[in-house]
Amino acid sequence: MPNLLEIKNLRIEATSYPPGEPPCEVVLVDDVSVSVEKGRVLGLIGESGAGKSTIGLSAMAFGRGGVRLTGGQILLGGRDIRGASATALRSLRGREVTYVAQSAAAAFNPAKRLMEQVIETSLHHGVMSRPEAEARAVELFRKLGLPNPETFGTRYPHQVSGGQLQRAMTAMALCPKPDLVIFDEPTTALDVTTQIDVLVAIKAAIRDTGVAALYITHDLAVVAQVADDILVLRGGKKVEYGTTDQIINTPQQPYTQALVSVRSIDHVEKSDAPAVLSVANVTARYKGTSFDVLKNVTVDLPPGQTLAVVGESGSGKSTLARVITGLLPAANGRITFAGRQLSPDLASRSKDDLRELQMIYQMADTAMNPRQTVGTIIGRPLEFYFGLKGEAKRKRIQDLLEQIEMGAGFIDRYPAELSGGQKQRVCIARALAAKPKLIICDEVTSALDPLVADGILKLLLDLQAREGVAYLFITHDLATVRAIADRIAVMYRGQVVRYGSKTDVLTPPFDDYTDLLLSSVPEMKLGWLEDVLKTRKMESAGN
Amino acid sequence: MHPVVTLVAQRIALGLLLLLAVSVLIFLGTEALPGDTAQAILGQSATPEALANLRAELGLDQPALTRYFGWLGGILTGDLGVALTNGMEISSELGKRLGNTLFLAFWAAVISVPLAIILGLVAARYVGRWPDKLISGVTLSTISLPEFVVGYILLFFLGVKWQIFPPMAMAFPGMGLFERLYTVMLPVLVLVLVVLAHMMRMTRAAILNVMQSAYIETAELKGLSPMTVIARHALPNAIAPVVNVVMLNLAYLVVGVVVVEVVFAYNGVGQYLVDHVAKRDLPVVQAVGMVFAAVYIGLNILADVISILANPRLRHPK
Repeated sequence: MPNLLEIKNLRIEATSYPPGEPPCEVVLVDDVSVSVEKGRVLGLIGESGAGKSTIGLSAMAFGRGGVRLTGGQILLGGRDIRGASATALRSLRGREVTYVAQSAAAAFNPAKRLMEQVIETSLHHGVMSRPEAEARAVELFRKLGLPNPETFGTRYPHQVSGGQLQRAMTAMALCPKPDLVIFDEPTTALDVTTQIDVLVAIKAAIRDTGVAALYITHDLAVVAQVADDILVLRGGKKVEYGTTDQIINTPQQPYTQALVSVRSIDHVEKSDAPAVLSVANVTARYKGTSFDVLKNVTVDLPPGQTLAVVGESGSGKSTLARVITGLLPAANGRITFAGRQLSPDLASRSKDDLRELQMIYQMADTAMNPRQTVGTIIGRPLEFYFGLKGEAKRKRIQDLLEQIEMGAGFIDRYPAELSGGQKQRVCIARALAAKPKLIICDEVTSALDPLVADGILKLLLDLQAREGVAYLFITHDLATVRAIADRIAVMYRGQVVRYGSKTDVLTPPFDDYTDLLLSSVPEMKLGWLEDVLKTRKMESAGN
Repeated sequence: MHPVVTLVAQRIALGLLLLLAVSVLIFLGTEALPGDTAQAILGQSATPEALANLRAELGLDQPALTRYFGWLGGILTGDLGVALTNGMEISSELGKRLGNTLFLAFWAAVISVPLAIILGLVAARYVGRWPDKLISGVTLSTISLPEFVVGYILLFFLGVKWQIFPPMAMAFPGMGLFERLYTVMLPVLVLVLVVLAHMMRMTRAAILNVMQSAYIETAELKGLSPMTVIARHALPNAIAPVVNVVMLNLAYLVVGVVVVEVVFAYNGVGQYLVDHVAKRDLPVVQAVGMVFAAVYIGLNILADVISILANPRLRHPK
């Protein structure tokens, strides 16, 4: 039997417009060949820029932006769709091949009811009548575990949660009975505890409908749960292609081996010591509301150590950071820092309070002024806190650039000329420039690829050992926590539900929520998804 | 109560408050002018006794506050006072004129709003290509010419040279709808050309802005045609900015019609205003000012209300 999708020697190009240079052609995907049989799932894995989404969309002969499919063959059901006419492609998109986007929240039209959008393709392509399509949608809603499947479709996208939207998008893709579905990072934007439910729903839907699928993700542990075969990509080229079992258990290429065992950090936790930051019974609420977003939070952080604050979105992790920095004044409780009691609100803190407490953010992109050079960005705190000028300032900036392993050559570059990891390094240098005692790191590695994130974590640990700076490390990623924490606070709905040294917190017996959180982190082994469902004590909050 | 009802009620209350503030400004503005109505009637050479008599007769010797509330009370009961120049009731005359002006504005709107939105959609569909450039070029050149120039050009060609439409747009009672429409075609065309570009450009910009969204890619990947994507998925999300500009232009059709009415000697509110400004007939100027303000504020409230209703987050809260 011929393969449903057969991609042969695919080449994809785009025109790049680097700042200050003439436009040039770049090759995004080079000489990639894969095939998908009916009813099987192919995982495409790689870091950002590896070309996985680009290859995924090529199965619909769709080039995002100015992307062009310039070479090779894309055989769908035996016919080459590369270079097919716009009309031919329109009749294939949404009927034979459908697409599930990374962020369902952005991919649903906010102005239309879910049902209207879910059945749109079925009606547009004349696959079925409206009553048939609606009945099928309701059936899919039920299969995907959505609440009140009969009436779910009457709601608008903003009225349902992120995890539900992602499942609704899967229903939308499956509704017209396609031959192939492209899942483009369908669980990346979700909390781990929600991700697991969506994964289960997607896996069951694929199995029950017998559809073939391309599953795109950067998370090898996730793809191991749903894919039959895996293609590992790097820089638009094939690294390794084989069955899931072979890729996970006996990877051949060094790059795949690095992906399989991505955490190379082995951090031994430090012993207890008097705290540099001490948060006692802090309660906080937003202006004009009576709901406590933080309830009685008490944590301590010794100098030169790392306190990891973990929890899902909405648990109050970032709010805790806002309260410590004074952006959101605490309603009750006390914050002691370096032996002084901090005033609750930012305006009445001293310059030293401000200097010794720095922040690094998740999106390095938006945390830097795009019109300032790296030198200006790092030089600003040097000028502001220490009055450094001219040669002395330049010398110190160069030292800081050395510390973040980037070299003095970057001093006149603009943020747009840096990679994601380099941008985050510049933000670290800016925080270090103030010679802080504490840096609050808010999801600083969440937007980065695993190997780049690994590099950033190593750098942070090195700097901690050298400068003695303490980190309050906010994250939802438990692998990161294991890598760098000395202490852990688990947060749930504004409260600290578990707190102590890393070993204590990660050693059973667990409370129900910590158990749910820990058990939801995908593990790099086959059949993990099925095992974990059997042993869970608590339903996730995303439902 | 449904949050939308509260929001809409707030907007309407705010509009009424604004109208009250405008009435104070109009009253103070005319009050600040040198001389008063009595002076205007009797002229520079009037004796002080004659002035005092007339002031007493007109109630001008009362304190400003009393006169303001008297005027405001009159407006609320539909009595706009008497025109100084001919002693006629302002309400009845203004009512007739307003009817004529609204007739003009209505037909200009009926033609221009759908046309502007369709042209905007087409321009967005073919962005950067010749239909886009042609539409933008033509509409921008008509808006760049002052409206009296556009008026005289159309008057010369369509009215005088080729005699397709009557050059004088005089509406009389007893005319049939089509006859009346035919009569006012030239000023309607001028108004359409004046407001078209602004609404078209805004529609185009709003659609292009929405076209960047992820859900537009979703729609494209459903295999929908470009025009279906724009009409079904982009337009419903571009309503708020488009409606705001449409309402501003509708207000302009009523309020900014002055020049066009004068060019075509059309007996609407604009012509009425110009006549009485020339004669320093302050009660008429005040009354027309209030009507214009009410139209502006009313249409902008309507735009706000439509924007609120077009937002699914407000219409269907969690």
